[in-house]
Amino acid sequence: MILRLIADIIILLFAPFLMAGLIKKTKAFWGGRKGPSVFQPLYDFIKLWKKDYVISKTTSGVFRIAPVVMIVSVLFASMFIPLASGSSVVSVAGGLIVFAYTLSIGKFFALISAMDTGSSFEGMGASREACFTSIVEPAFFITVGSIMALSGNYTFDSLREIFANAGHYGILIAIFAVVVLFLMILIEGSRVPVDDPATHLELTMIHEVMILDNSGSDLALYTWANGIKMLLISSLIAFIIIPAGLNEWVNVLAYLGVMALISVIIGTVESGMARIRMSHVFEFIFIMSSLALVVFALVTAKMFGG
Amino acid sequence: MLKIKNNTKININEIPILQIKDFREEIISLNFRPIGFFGKSSENDSVRLFAVLADDKAGDIYISSTKFSADEKSYECLTKEIPAFHIFEREFYEQFGVEPLNHPWLKPVRINQDKYEFFEMTGEEVHQVAVGPIHAGVIEPGHFRFMCNGETVYHLEIMLGYQHRGIEELMLISPSNQLAESICGDSVIAYNTAYSQIMEILQDVTISDRAQLIRKAALEMERMAIHIGDLGAIAGDIAYLMGASVFGATRTLVINTMLEFCGSRFGRGLICTGGVNYDFTEEKLNQALKTFEKVIKDVERMVNTMLKSSTVMSRLEKTGTISMERAKEAGLVGMAARAAGVELDSRFDFPDKWMSELKIEKKKFKATGDVNARFKLRYKEILQSYSMIKKIFAKLQECKNQDLFTSASNNLSQNSLAISIVEGWRGEVVHIAMTDGNGNLSRYKIKDPSFNNWYGLALAVRNNGVSDFPLCNKSFNLSYSGNDL
Repeated sequence: MILRLIADIIILLFAPFLMAGLIKKTKAFWGGRKGPSVFQPLYDFIKLWKKDYVISKTTSGVFRIAPVVMIVSVLFASMFIPLASGSSVVSVAGGLIVFAYTLSIGKFFALISAMDTGSSFEGMGASREACFTSIVEPAFFITVGSIMALSGNYTFDSLREIFANAGHYGILIAIFAVVVLFLMILIEGSRVPVDDPATHLELTMIHEVMILDNSGSDLALYTWANGIKMLLISSLIAFIIIPAGLNEWVNVLAYLGVMALISVIIGTVESGMARIRMSHVFEFIFIMSSLALVVFALVTAKMFGG
Repeated sequence: MLKIKNNTKININEIPILQIKDFREEIISLNFRPIGFFGKSSENDSVRLFAVLADDKAGDIYISSTKFSADEKSYECLTKEIPAFHIFEREFYEQFGVEPLNHPWLKPVRINQDKYEFFEMTGEEVHQVAVGPIHAGVIEPGHFRFMCNGETVYHLEIMLGYQHRGIEELMLISPSNQLAESICGDSVIAYNTAYSQIMEILQDVTISDRAQLIRKAALEMERMAIHIGDLGAIAGDIAYLMGASVFGATRTLVINTMLEFCGSRFGRGLICTGGVNYDFTEEKLNQALKTFEKVIKDVERMVNTMLKSSTVMSRLEKTGTISMERAKEAGLVGMAARAAGVELDSRFDFPDKWMSELKIEKKKFKATGDVNARFKLRYKEILQSYSMIKKIFAKLQECKNQDLFTSASNNLSQNSLAISIVEGWRGEVVHIAMTDGNGNLSRYKIKDPSFNNWYGLALAVRNNGVSDFPLCNKSFNLSYSGNDL
């Protein structure tokens, strides 16, 4: 138990940065460049962490506490998600709700802290983020909720029981669920095609523009928190894919493999397509919602149709 | 009005001085495109106003003038009849204080930005986004103010002038090739060619064919390099990584070829008054042709990949559209105008002898006026420049043993006005110089294509998403320093 906890903590500390590094490396590969080391995001985090922060005079206390609330909320939420070891620290029925809304608390503070700066850019970023999040949320609930309903077990463990509970339907449900969660990573993790983490153009940013006024250790916390958020959703994918009953260490290895694979896929997707127009992001998110409804339909068919 | 040709000079005294009423009527009745509209202080605090109009179809330039005595401080504006005059009249007002009455928008062009009150839209849902003058990244200073409703831009106001260095005055004090090529860093060859041609006209020098061809080749290389760079910038803006990488790499090959030729990637120091400083030797020409062949192949492949990608096309198509009527009315020039269907290209409109000798022909282009059109037009122009370069290089082999430099006296002809129009990659670069009775420069007027086109950008982003502005901006890629002088 203790070992597992330590493993999880190590994963939470390093994996988000390594994933970011791997994505960058993949993009560099497709772009025909050498690219920075995979550890670069980690070095950047350490550098930022050591730095002092500057706080704008127009801001209030909200701006100061937001990065802390953000990181605490994602760390708390991470306790409900099974990480490398294959089981979560807290496993309760309805953990899904706690997980989703704990993350939302962090996001809420990030949003109002962005508005707190009074910058027109950050207000714009906050309104975009709020708008997109509100459409992503139902899709997430429908997908994971359906799978939970299928097993009758309202903990995240039910994700691993898809195949056991759904028989032939299981494979379809798993595929669609994985795609939904993957799209969610792109949207929540502010990746291409929804957002462009590499841009310097304030007018086009979503996530980056919200933290424009944050610096030093505050900025470090935000980058870390955003990385963990991607990691958590990826962990759900890993949890669906990796079969149950593996040796713990094999499980850790498989988990790391899935994380690496997801990073490479994200990097490849980012290299191969342009960012979509802001007004078309809704359509992109509705793809995710439609797939979530397919999962729901499959589960319904299995439960009531035999 | 007096009719002259490009790259010629006339005696200033031949230019008619009309009454302001006749002056206006003549301009309105001719209805040609303004390429110069500027004042010059003359005796007893009076101001002489010159109008230079271009008849692009016939390849003629018309010139006329009027005079305002010290107590005449206003006239009826021309903008109401010919909107393309709007920016010229604003500039004239700013420089000489003679007010164009009933001008719809007498906004400062380069100075006193902080005294100006921006247009404001009112309403609960309207919000303003102010960007700059200092930007993220390495671009020049300029202030942009968006009136938005949600994500939609209703109106964009652009305020420039933060790069104002007083180039026109500096030109009178210390005219030099070095100054000319630092006016606008991405059009070094175009600016330096225009300046050198003006000086050669005023000194009555005819430079050798070889020198002319080298200048022409350099101009097309500049066009190729910047256009490829811009394709990369557009790809970068829509986060299309592969495009950004490939175009970035190929652009480097082109500018490095320029480095081989003259020791500067942007062609600084290549051109001088009287000819060129560096020879394009046969060995280097062959090397360059090999490089360009590879560049063109890579660019062709990447552009075709991008045009086939649905995500790329959904960003480019119908973004930042400007109609032909609007483009004409606003007086857009150069590449931005051509992309909207206004066929202005001073290489063909005011051709030199090489255009017919090398059999260089205008290419047809299906203009749609959006970012997509500007993207494709850049690509077409890269191909055209490549074929021109091949012809010019072949011709260079023929006139091998000619002098690169033709020396002349430093005395400029007196009381003259010389005009030179050079089609830089962005559009026409117009230089007009005047000399006084002692043969000293008394007025040097420069018009960058950006001077006309900035307003076009403002029109193009209307009703587009505010997040599409950077893309529209890149597709125009206008110059701040060329506008601010």
